[in-house]
Amino acid sequence: MSATELAAGAPHPPRGQAVPDAVLYLDGVSVVFDGFRALNNLSLIVEAGELRAIIGPNGAGKTTMMDVITGKTRPTAGVVRFHDHDLTRLDEATIANLGIGRKFQKPTMFDALTVFENLELALKAPRGPFSCLRWVLDRTSRQKIESTMAEVGLTARAHDRAGVLSHGQRQWLEIGMLLMQDPELLLVDEPVAGMTDQETEHTAALLVRIAGARSVVVVEHDLEFVRALGSKVTVLCEGSMLSEGSIDHVQNDPRVIEVYLGR
Amino acid sequence: MSASLAAPAPAGAGRMTLRLVLIGAMLVLAMLPVLNRLPPDSALHVSDFIVSITGKWITYAILALAIDLAWGYAGILSLGHGAFFALGGYAIGMHLMRLIGPRGVYGHPTLPDFMVFLGYRELPWYWLGFEHFPFAILMAMAVPGLLAGVVGYLAFRSRITGVYLSIITQAMTYALMLAFFRNDMGFGGNNGFTDFKELLGMPLNTPSARSTLFYASLLLLLGSLWVCGRVTRSKLGRVLVAIRDAESRTRFLGYDVTQHKLFVFVLSAMIAGLAGALYVPQVGIINPGEFSPGNSIEAVIWVAVGGRGTLVGALLGAFSVNALKTWLTTVAPDLWLFALGGLFVAVTLFLPRGLIGLFQKERR
Ligand SMILES: Nc1ncnc2c1ncn2[C@@H]1O[C@H](COP(=O)(O)OP(=O)(O)O)[C@@H](O)[C@H]1O
Ligand SMILES: [Mg+2]
Repeated sequence: MSATELAAGAPHPPRGQAVPDAVLYLDGVSVVFDGFRALNNLSLIVEAGELRAIIGPNGAGKTTMMDVITGKTRPTAGVVRFHDHDLTRLDEATIANLGIGRKFQKPTMFDALTVFENLELALKAPRGPFSCLRWVLDRTSRQKIESTMAEVGLTARAHDRAGVLSHGQRQWLEIGMLLMQDPELLLVDEPVAGMTDQETEHTAALLVRIAGARSVVVVEHDLEFVRALGSKVTVLCEGSMLSEGSIDHVQNDPRVIEVYLGR
Repeated sequence: MSASLAAPAPAGAGRMTLRLVLIGAMLVLAMLPVLNRLPPDSALHVSDFIVSITGKWITYAILALAIDLAWGYAGILSLGHGAFFALGGYAIGMHLMRLIGPRGVYGHPTLPDFMVFLGYRELPWYWLGFEHFPFAILMAMAVPGLLAGVVGYLAFRSRITGVYLSIITQAMTYALMLAFFRNDMGFGGNNGFTDFKELLGMPLNTPSARSTLFYASLLLLLGSLWVCGRVTRSKLGRVLVAIRDAESRTRFLGYDVTQHKLFVFVLSAMIAGLAGALYVPQVGIINPGEFSPGNSIEAVIWVAVGGRGTLVGALLGAFSVNALKTWLTTVAPDLWLFALGGLFVAVTLFLPRGLIGLFQKERR
């Protein structure tokens, strides 16, 4: 199934059936919190190498969708697959090790550890206690960490504790940690909140560059940023997909204008 | 609470000073049994009392180290570490009882006195093997390790943390205390084990036994410090700190938190067990009182007073609080519990990083 077919609103394949090229496959996903439907029969397909932007008003369920994919929240109903893996049955660590990395809406890292140490913990490497005990930082790993620090502009802060960084720097550090994990699918929740215009541009360019070799799902409010991504856009509202297509397509969709852009 | 209390590693000059102080303190400790051999009228003579009480404190310091590894680094606040210490003590106690042989009051060739008294015909199966010293030492590690493994697995897998975990560990030591009080457990009931005669062919209660046990404790202290330091300075140590400060975030990075916590909890329990195994021959008795919940809480207070998350702070806390206790229980025995509580509150309020915080500079 091609992207244009989806954009035109082609029907989703029958529930649970594998889709060629789909990295992430959500079908009929609902999440109910105490009777409140945070996600309502949501379906979404992300293909290999795709960059996808997700927009929607506050409380639309964007973060909840990421919670469902990463194993934090179990869906009340629906199918959530990453390749052939049923994500609704796996725990957070297993899902992360399958190759799904996440940047949280509120930047979260380890405040008592330095920037360098945070990146070192995120670096893709065996994760068991004995492997961690025996771990020695070799030249390749050090270079990876250093080039990531340069990429996210934190080289000068390498040995500062993460707890003393500014909000913008914490955003960058978490993006850096995501890069260190080298995941196949990146879920990026509101990455540019608290960033300057220049940093926002840099982030957009970075995400565009990363996509292609891997799939990236970005949640963001900033429409200029979404436009800079130049990707397909999915609009969520009240837990369901409202519209999907290019940024121009969704911006001109009357339903979208009514619930979201028109406010 | 966890993030604000997290002590930064001592920096630069402070760390050097600390290391020198530590080496100095170890050398002073190592000299005590030597000075004990000087004639009593010598100015440098150290009394038997000082040697035996310091030997006991060293085993407490090892227990404090074990608690700090689990609490200070991985955020596992165990209020039941006294149980691991006591189990290690019981393991060596069983060995010491077997060594009494026919020298007991009843003169039975194999059965300890309390078993003869209770009408046992033969040794219960779980006493087999304890006549061998290496087996007893192995059990002093394996039994606490196994218990920590089972309790830890159930708790960590169900993601029980914080106060709930503390309560479970406290219940664990309390339950063990009640069990060990029972005569039909085969561990001597409320009298426990005492009247030990010898260990490794050396009669206990002699100056040479005292200094041997003292040096064995000091060696175990250094060994445990090395092992704990090896863990905390490795990437595993940083994973533990990550779990302590943001457990869920650690999971999203792909770390199996249950495995990491289990590793450190079991290691910590085994160290505590070994400490108990060196404690019992020095004090000459082990009974169910060692399982009392208060003991575990007191040991946690040593660590809090010394400063958690630094290892050295745990040692400092164990020695200073116990020195205070020894002094206070002679001059004003009724005041001790109030002093302990007051000390804990004062340290929490005024020295959140503990005594060790006085040596540290804030890291940027
Ligand atoms: N754990 C939870 N318990 C109850 N309600 C929740 C929970 N998580 C999210 N919600 C609710 O679900 C809705 C969707 O939230 P969220 O996914 O964070 O929205 P978005 O990220 O699109 O702003 C919100 O109304 C929020 O209050
Ligand atoms: Mg959100």
